[in-house]
Amino acid sequence: MAERHAVVGSSVGLHARPAALLVQAAGRAPVKVTIAKEGGEPTDARSILGVLSLDARRGDKVVLAADGDGAGAVLAELAGLIESDLDAGEG
Amino acid sequence: MFSPAPQAAPGRCEAASSPVGGLRGIGVSPGAVAGPLIRMATRPAAGSAPPPAVEMPAVEVDVHGENAAARAALEAVAAELETRGTRAGGDAAEVLAAQAMIARDPGLADLVTTRVKAGWLAPAALADAFAHYRGILAGAGEYLAARVADLDDIRDRALAVLSGRAVPGVPHPGHPYVLAAVDLAPADTATLDPAEVIAIVTEEGGPTSHTAILAKSLGIPAVVACAGIASLADATVVLVDGGTGVVDVEPGAEALARAQAREDARRAALAAGTGPGRTSDGHGVDLLVNLGGAEDLTVIGAVGPAGVGLLRTEFLFLDRPDEPGLAEQREAYLRVFAAFGGRKVVVRTLDAGADKPLRFVTAPDEPNPALGVRGLRTARRAPGLLDRQLAAIAAAAEGSEAKVWVMAPMVSTPAEAAAFRARARAAGLAVAGVMVEVPAAALRASAVAAACDFLSIGTNDLAQYAFAADRMAGGLADLLDPWQPALLDLVRLAADGAGAAGKPVGVCGEAASDPLLALVLVGLGVTSLSMAPIALPAVRASLARHTLAHCRRLAAAALAAPDGQGARYAVAALAADQERVAAG
Repeated sequence: MAERHAVVGSSVGLHARPAALLVQAAGRAPVKVTIAKEGGEPTDARSILGVLSLDARRGDKVVLAADGDGAGAVLAELAGLIESDLDAGEG
Repeated sequence: MFSPAPQAAPGRCEAASSPVGGLRGIGVSPGAVAGPLIRMATRPAAGSAPPPAVEMPAVEVDVHGENAAARAALEAVAAELETRGTRAGGDAAEVLAAQAMIARDPGLADLVTTRVKAGWLAPAALADAFAHYRGILAGAGEYLAARVADLDDIRDRALAVLSGRAVPGVPHPGHPYVLAAVDLAPADTATLDPAEVIAIVTEEGGPTSHTAILAKSLGIPAVVACAGIASLADATVVLVDGGTGVVDVEPGAEALARAQAREDARRAALAAGTGPGRTSDGHGVDLLVNLGGAEDLTVIGAVGPAGVGLLRTEFLFLDRPDEPGLAEQREAYLRVFAAFGGRKVVVRTLDAGADKPLRFVTAPDEPNPALGVRGLRTARRAPGLLDRQLAAIAAAAEGSEAKVWVMAPMVSTPAEAAAFRARARAAGLAVAGVMVEVPAAALRASAVAAACDFLSIGTNDLAQYAFAADRMAGGLADLLDPWQPALLDLVRLAADGAGAAGKPVGVCGEAASDPLLALVLVGLGVTSLSMAPIALPAVRASLARHTLAHCRRLAAAALAAPDGQGARYAVAALAADQERVAAG
């Protein structure tokens, strides 16, 4: 089981568009990924309702976990998404 | 539009005739129209909806069948939302795609399966699975609580599919009708077609509700807060007056004729309301049109503008390898001047650069054209081009009755304004002003105004530069909202500065064509409004319903709002109040 920690970078938190982008990326991944707030219950990262239910705000720490081939690369990609400001256009 | 009532003979709905003959609500979008009413499938009010009662089965549950039915219902809802999003496009498409994502949520599907396996029927399993997430979201922060209404909407749609009932939503009966509903959600209104929905009546909502604002922007007569409308039977013919807020049930031929006459008069007044723009207490505001040079000028004369507030001249220069000659320019200007006789025509000198590059003057390698050599700045590189254009405008002005003013685009400093006026005067043009599109010019408006003869505020570019938001960037539309209080602050500064210098100040951007925002601009001290010809009658009518003191109150309300949407809502509510008081 591979794990990776990430800090939420979006100003609106893991809500709205950032949450949708994360869920879409998780849905494309070849392995099942879970996401949890640090110390909390993990939830399916492909579930928009699950991700929203985390109510992760900017600066919150989350834990991604996955099993199987390519898990490391998938977690790196998703952690990158979570840490960037997905709601900002650029700059 | 006064629509007949297709497939709805009056005799067909005698049972629905109201004993009182009329219902009363708040008119939020003017216009009178009659047609058969269709109720939108009701749904529980957002935010207060308990999940439907759970029915425990008395018999063995077909686990596989119930689970498949529940999943199929969710998928049908997702597909429908996606289709509607694609049809609507833009922001609505993104909103509806996000809702489709919820309907396809694997976590939700798992909860449904768990419940079906425990012996629940599909509707109960679905309702309870939604209730699980509803509880979490409702208990979280403000943003997530707002998603609860989305969740309820999707649940109701899925339950409707399961039970074979009509899916809640705006009906498409294939003929024009009056839409009745408890209230309308953004998902309902995204694809509203004014040719199909000829009027809207809701039980709930107020003058600033989503329904009211949407109806006004689409020009659909609407009444909100109309108790009793949802108890009428479908196909009942109603006469809706979005001005008075009265809804006549099964109106007689006489009432229809009276309403028709009133509506004809209202439309005629709107269309033929020529004459100068003025507030109801007689404060004059010049109402002008924006022209690009190639329009059919006879059509424009019909809306009765006081003149042209912005004559763009790029059309003469674009898509050609070299500069047009003096005779060619003169002829083109003269064509417009002649059409406007003794009225004012404000000619904007060439605004090349940025999104309008010019082969013979724009540098091909500017890293950031919107901040580069554009507008009046092109005169730094090619001063002769501006002087020749000014000479051609002066030559055309000599041959016509029009009062010809010239103005320069993209001016930032008093020195630039002074230099432009000096060149215009040298060419023989007596009135030369500048556009306020750069925040620096608004901040120093009194010095800029003192250096020339008038100011004209270009709200589109001013918003772009004040918010550092590219006008071509679709995702930044909220920042470019002409209602943004920070933009209105800059308009106020420009108007105050021009007023202090004793010079006229106009607005020739998008903002001037919004009948409500036009009131705010007048309240801020703007003395003329220039807009697309089609927008002029509505702006004239709006001004005529308010006093200057009202406009000032509306301006103060807009400036006090936290953001563009808040300003729009605050002003809509206050304006509706003022109109009701004025109408007695």
